[in-house]
Amino acid sequence: MSEKLLSVQDLHTSFFTDAGEVQAVNGVSFDLDRGEILGIVGESGSGKSVTAYSIMQILADTGKIVGGKILYKGEEISKWSEKQMQGFRGKCCSIIFQDPMTSLNPVFTIGSQLTEAITLHTEKHGKEAEARAAELLTLVGINEPDKRLRQYPFELSGGMRQRVMIAMALACEPDILIADEPTTALDVTIQAQILELMQDLQKKLGMAVILVTHDLGVIADMCDNIVVMYGGRICERGTAHEIFYNPRHEYTRGLLRSIPNVNNMKKKLIPISGTPINMLNMPKGCAFCARCDNAMKVCLTEIPEELWINDDHKAACWLNVRDAFEGKEV
Amino acid sequence: MSETLVEVKNLKQYFPVRAGFKTVPLKAVDDVSFEVGRGETLGLVGESGCGKTTVGRTVLRLYEPTAGEVRFDGELVTDKNITAMRKQMQMVFQDPYSSLDPRMTVEDIIGEPLDVHHLCANRKERREKILELMSFVGLNAEHARRYAHEFSGGQRQRIGIARALAVDPKFIVCDEPVSALDVSIQAQVINMFEELQEKLGVAYLFIAHDLLVVHHISRRIAVMYLGKIVEVADSDELNGHPVHPYTESLLSAVPIPDPDVTRARKRILLEGDVPSPLHMPTGCAFRTRCRFATEQCAHECPALTDRGGGHFVACWNK
Repeated sequence: MSEKLLSVQDLHTSFFTDAGEVQAVNGVSFDLDRGEILGIVGESGSGKSVTAYSIMQILADTGKIVGGKILYKGEEISKWSEKQMQGFRGKCCSIIFQDPMTSLNPVFTIGSQLTEAITLHTEKHGKEAEARAAELLTLVGINEPDKRLRQYPFELSGGMRQRVMIAMALACEPDILIADEPTTALDVTIQAQILELMQDLQKKLGMAVILVTHDLGVIADMCDNIVVMYGGRICERGTAHEIFYNPRHEYTRGLLRSIPNVNNMKKKLIPISGTPINMLNMPKGCAFCARCDNAMKVCLTEIPEELWINDDHKAACWLNVRDAFEGKEV
Repeated sequence: MSETLVEVKNLKQYFPVRAGFKTVPLKAVDDVSFEVGRGETLGLVGESGCGKTTVGRTVLRLYEPTAGEVRFDGELVTDKNITAMRKQMQMVFQDPYSSLDPRMTVEDIIGEPLDVHHLCANRKERREKILELMSFVGLNAEHARRYAHEFSGGQRQRIGIARALAVDPKFIVCDEPVSALDVSIQAQVINMFEELQEKLGVAYLFIAHDLLVVHHISRRIAVMYLGKIVEVADSDELNGHPVHPYTESLLSAVPIPDPDVTRARKRILLEGDVPSPLHMPTGCAFRTRCRFATEQCAHECPALTDRGGGHFVACWNK
């Protein structure tokens, strides 16, 4: 068996709030290969960002990984000390955040923030680091890099800032780039620029990308494999083709029915009923059962296991089990 | 009775901005004209800062327009009659969190327009009307005494819609009403807008940046860029045969949730960013990012011209 670049195994992450323990991530497992683009999709509160933050171990103070393992090239990084993690972050795995307006420090120039990352993680210092910073800005398609290095974040537009964030993330040529809603705060035409840039860089540098987003359009455009999350659990995973054309979990199906796309313009959308789940009050069985039109008795009490649909596709829905028992082709 | 319900003519909205010692006008909306028919939905799309929200607000006189006129049902909307006019024209705001007063109960929020326009003779009638409105938008009548913070985003947006519907308006400006909602909730609210239109025959000016949502809900779509409308057409026509280079690239940039379709397309990438509205390019505002820009574009601003079948485009070269 070839060694996976990153392997998340039965991850549990909880936040300990005044109102009680919130199990934000509840038994999530997935593997990431070299050069793969993996999409994690879900609504707000589905645990997709917390999964990403758990990998980097940058959770808020109240959050803690309470179970499971995260393996990077076979080593268990979830056990690493903060010191070791500092070496991991940036060098092995980088993250870019949703909001390019707030993730850059407003009182330092672009140049000083970029060279900080470079001097911390590589041998380069002084002039050399600055040259590398300029090179990175050129890589992410920013003109006049030398002038930009002396500017402050407020002097740049949103798209430009997100490019700087990407440059910073790529400073040490990481194996993995985690992008947490990288284009949500941007306009459509700027979003297209950034997505194009990420695809280009991924091809050029061959890194693996974990793309966390709620936008199914972006996912369809970018990802090889997709993980669909709801209520802190994975409900379905598979290749982009399988997820979009052969969804086998009621949540994924509902999601695809409820968004306007090119084929249903003249038809009524079919919304998912109910409201998103309250993480403080998780149901005993399937997290989605309260909103599912086809929920059965077993859905209320037992958590469904992930079941292989075919070689490229797994789903955690009792309906698939029922269909299998009734002899229908799964 | 004519078919046109709302007619906007040469609307201009300039905001004074201090730049050093001088005050310069920021042309948020610059000479915009359009019509909305009875029971029709006109979609208004564009990127942030293009002035689409300002158009919506100026039509309802939340801002005093710099120039131009708005006619509702043939009658000129002025400062004097706007309060009465708002019985016919209402608005649903983008942010369901900040557009509802946290110190008012749902009952009072929905009842406020009824009080302002003296639509209910007594308390009993008022309460009945409120409960009717609540069930109309799918809210549980038992929740009438609750406060806005006790509801989820989707439910709050329903409260906002119920408030707009309270006066039985003929026209509602919807300013990004679904952008703040989760994907699975968006469809519920979009469907509700469509159902209300079927039942009540209300017309919408539907402002949004999500082109797929706008395409789904609108009969016609107007595309704005830097304060000007660059293209107006039937929504299928616009999506199938965009003429203006900006519309073309905007549509090609929308990620479609269908891997085969979206990967087969060629994105037309626009270079650079939107220019600052304080330093507008001369002539056509789009020329700095346009593939087809010529000498003429720098000197003269193209006007919207009919290209047949109600498809209007403002471009010299297309």
